[in-house]
Amino acid sequence: MNVLFLGATRGMGRALARQMAARGDQLYLLGRDEDQLARSAADLAARGKAGAPGVGMCDLGDPTTFEPAIAEASAALGGLDCVVVTAGLFGTQDALEDDLDRAYTLLQVNFAGTVVFCEHARRALMAKGGGTLCVFSSVAGDRGRKPVGIYGASKAGLSAYLEALDHRYRADGLVTVCVKPGFVKTGMTAGLKPPPFAGEPEPVARRVLKAIDRGTPMIYAPFMWRWVMFVIKLLPRFVMRKVGF
Amino acid sequence: MTDQAHIEGWGRIPGPGVERFGENLDRLSEQPTLFRGLGRSYGDSSLPAASKPDVVNTTLADRVLAWDADTGVLRAEAGLSLYTMNRVFLPQGWFTPVSPGTQFVTLGGMVASDVHGKNHHVAGCFGQHVRALRMRVADGRVLEVTPTQHEDLFWATVGGMGWTGAILEVEVQLRAVSSPWIHQTTERVDNLADLVARLKEVSREWPMTMSWIDCLKRGKHMGRGIVYYGDWAKAEDAPAKFPPWSREITMPIDAPSWALNPLSMGLFNFGVYNSHVPKTKSGLVSPETFYYPLDMVRRWNRAYGLAGFTQYQCVIPDTAGIAAVVRFMEALTATGAASFLCVMKDCGPQGQGLLSFPMPGTSIAVDIPVKKDTAAIVAKLNALVIGVGGRIYLTKDRFTTPADFRAMEPRLDAFLEVRHRWDPERRFRSAQSVRMLGDPDLPGAA
Repeated sequence: MNVLFLGATRGMGRALARQMAARGDQLYLLGRDEDQLARSAADLAARGKAGAPGVGMCDLGDPTTFEPAIAEASAALGGLDCVVVTAGLFGTQDALEDDLDRAYTLLQVNFAGTVVFCEHARRALMAKGGGTLCVFSSVAGDRGRKPVGIYGASKAGLSAYLEALDHRYRADGLVTVCVKPGFVKTGMTAGLKPPPFAGEPEPVARRVLKAIDRGTPMIYAPFMWRWVMFVIKLLPRFVMRKVGF
Repeated sequence: MTDQAHIEGWGRIPGPGVERFGENLDRLSEQPTLFRGLGRSYGDSSLPAASKPDVVNTTLADRVLAWDADTGVLRAEAGLSLYTMNRVFLPQGWFTPVSPGTQFVTLGGMVASDVHGKNHHVAGCFGQHVRALRMRVADGRVLEVTPTQHEDLFWATVGGMGWTGAILEVEVQLRAVSSPWIHQTTERVDNLADLVARLKEVSREWPMTMSWIDCLKRGKHMGRGIVYYGDWAKAEDAPAKFPPWSREITMPIDAPSWALNPLSMGLFNFGVYNSHVPKTKSGLVSPETFYYPLDMVRRWNRAYGLAGFTQYQCVIPDTAGIAAVVRFMEALTATGAASFLCVMKDCGPQGQGLLSFPMPGTSIAVDIPVKKDTAAIVAKLNALVIGVGGRIYLTKDRFTTPADFRAMEPRLDAFLEVRHRWDPERRFRSAQSVRMLGDPDLPGAA
């Protein structure tokens, strides 16, 4: 499988890219830090079966980079079978409320930037008859919650878009996989107190890979978060106003 | 930062501290900070000084940066674990040049402890195979440090417990293996003098040796045990299939304080020793079985309960003779402090690391569950070790006094001189360096 990967240098993206490389998938990495891309490419070359991935510059905050990056990757790989987007920004609600410029950037990157990137990726995949678009959203988008108001809103919008994409284009060969990770211990969540059911990147990546292979339109990872969110979605507003999560 | 105000080493004696995680060690080391890997050192080696209670956890920085499958030269970020190295490189025919008794260690930790293993008598310590380090030093520079470039810093950092700077990357020469299987022989030996002699004998013929001894047994069977030795199996003798990785189980809870008592430990040792029939056994085993039997139980340190434990590891120099080993074991068994696990290994020549543990002699490692008199027992054992010119392994230690450490470490001044050259303010410090070297540790001090 030829995979274009945006966000493979860190966290869950790093774990997923390693599992793909280990089974022989051909990867091409996009990102905004050349040094980090080179380091991850070397890592994947050593762990993988398909040689060193190509790398290219792309920044979710700069939509002008999307089309050329995807075109270059597609040419280098000889066509795309799958596009994975794990990149995104995070900030706690307190931090984002204190710094609205940062909040604005996060909303731009996580929602507007990611959606427009997906539109370019969708075109590239459909131009050759279809493929899989796997994008990391978050459980934070499932319900408006105190600790993740702004971040959650960016992911709620993204989840809605990904669901619509699946409804609109599945019949034409575009498989959309929306991943909703719960709390996973990565660099992104470093410094936060892990809640119960906090996951590790490797098992999450295994679950995501399975979903990509099967074309599952939406998954929670770790699995337990499906039930956690099921309950949270049922809680009435007067309860959500009281609780801290 | 997490709100956990305490962290602990493998022996589970906590100290104040918070871990900072991240993928970018360059960024995390901008302020001189102690680095910590998988936290397998037993005592306070990976715990920060109380005055500067943060420590960088390197385990998210685990990328392979360069790998040459023809020459076996590996360069990686310091948080890469031996567990991962084994899974990635052993199938390609390469293994770490030196392996400690657990694979849950990081490259940075293996350098800082200058770990040794079953092949010490032929391969030396890990540092001997390290080609280069990328380090953050106290003045903020990031340097490439090798045996020829900043040589003083290199050999002070190898085995230097993180007291000279932060290790960002490690380049090491892996070792080609003839197959992924190990041909192992085990022999039951019924007393200490014979066991030490047998260990020396097999070490002349075999590249990997160690022994397990029953350190509860007193009298004429004191030090009875099992000698293990082996080598990588030749390709033509090994099965075509790759050895299976072990299934791991996790110790789910802390053992209650009464679970380990003289009777239960004695029964365990009796079982291990007497179930070893016939007297000599031989066969092919997986590297995990040979090197990492304890790794199969994740979090086995819970077996010692909430009070925790320390490991006492010392080396009794060859110059003192087998009699000194016997005297040490007599003293150890007389304290009644030892638990079931005791490992003995003959060491080869001393390496170049200024504070590296091994020297030609017999290394003895024993777990001691923490009780009120643990410090006194360690002091008593230290007195014996100092008396015969031996030393202890910092990576395991939690109770040795600065005076004892100085008495057993004639190389200390040479180390301190290099450290002073590179870090005059002693900004890279740990709870252990505060305890052992008297580093400043005033609350609120920078």
